[in-house]
Amino acid sequence: MASGKQRRQKLLILYLNTSALDSDVKGWTMYDGTGREHHTTGDSDRRPYATGMDALLDGWRVIQFPQLIPPYPGLEYTTSFKKNEYIFEKLETIDS
Amino acid sequence: MSDKQHLLDSRQMAEFVARGFLRFDGIVPDEINRAVMDAFEAGGISSYPAGTPFSECYPEPSPIGAMLRLPQVSGILESLVGPDPRFDHHAIHKRLPNEGKAQGMHGDSIIDTRLHFDLQLMYFPHDVPLEMGGTLLLPGSHFRRINEMEVARYQNFLGQIPMVCEAGSILVLHHGIWHCGRQNRTDRMRYMYKIRLNPSVRQLRLWNTDDLNDETGAHQPIFAGEKRDDVQAILAKMEPWYEAGDGRLEIVNRTLLWRFLTGDENFDVHYWLTRLENMPENRLSA
Repeated sequence: MASGKQRRQKLLILYLNTSALDSDVKGWTMYDGTGREHHTTGDSDRRPYATGMDALLDGWRVIQFPQLIPPYPGLEYTTSFKKNEYIFEKLETIDS
Repeated sequence: MSDKQHLLDSRQMAEFVARGFLRFDGIVPDEINRAVMDAFEAGGISSYPAGTPFSECYPEPSPIGAMLRLPQVSGILESLVGPDPRFDHHAIHKRLPNEGKAQGMHGDSIIDTRLHFDLQLMYFPHDVPLEMGGTLLLPGSHFRRINEMEVARYQNFLGQIPMVCEAGSILVLHHGIWHCGRQNRTDRMRYMYKIRLNPSVRQLRLWNTDDLNDETGAHQPIFAGEKRDDVQAILAKMEPWYEAGDGRLEIVNRTLLWRFLTGDENFDVHYWLTRLENMPENRLSA
């Protein structure tokens, strides 16, 4: 690979209390495309931000909002995957 | 049959229904823990065909059998899956020293929509400090309908529990609980024995129900702000990771399981179901 500067993506996924971006963080996942950090399941009991809005204020860019999808008929009381999943990114420059 | 004193009580059962697990720290004596570790390090333990009556598994001498036949352990199992459940499978789970990452979050087997539940017992025969990982479990995740590793994207939740414990500790889990093996950052192998048991009788009032009475299911004031610790309060307690909306639905799920386990079709928590079930058809007479 040629030497020089490259831009890499860091991803932050936040699971919020409601569909509102400024609601509380309940769960989180991180992937670091710069290779500097290595996140894995159960590696932290401290959330990175208290709310989704706090991540925005720290420079993370929202790249996916959770859609509001009505429940399928018959599944109105069924719980499954986490709702309110917001995906954020930061682009960082690294030396390659 | 277990002596009544070793069976779970109704508040413990409510805790299991609400959170999907019960934890018993250090209840297995050291001599059994040491014998189990010797057996693991000597190459493992014999298994049995799926569906074998549990009473035919682990005949003496067997350190795992000695653990499972402890009166307290027998009482826990009987309370949840009856006196002679079926052996499903077992495994000795190992987490390698200094491994690169944790196992992904998952639910065992495949998506399972029954009210009847299988029980998974996890036994930790040696001390598990935090740096060794411990099994990670997510309390109250057992009703979420997911299929195995589909939830591996989820890394951390508020309220998740890393099983940090002393030797001889036991977890009993509803089959649906999300869990994973946390990363082992030590230079020692981590062992955990797991067995899955299927009930062979209807799971109806199998525990010590002496403490159940009319008050257990009586409607209570809503939003009264009381600090209670009765069955309804246990079933109403939110987990820190729940979303606002789905958290309420989890209480409905718990209520339905409690009705199933007690046979009390009118039981409710917080009036959530009674309100929905109120559809009067009687017409006002003139």
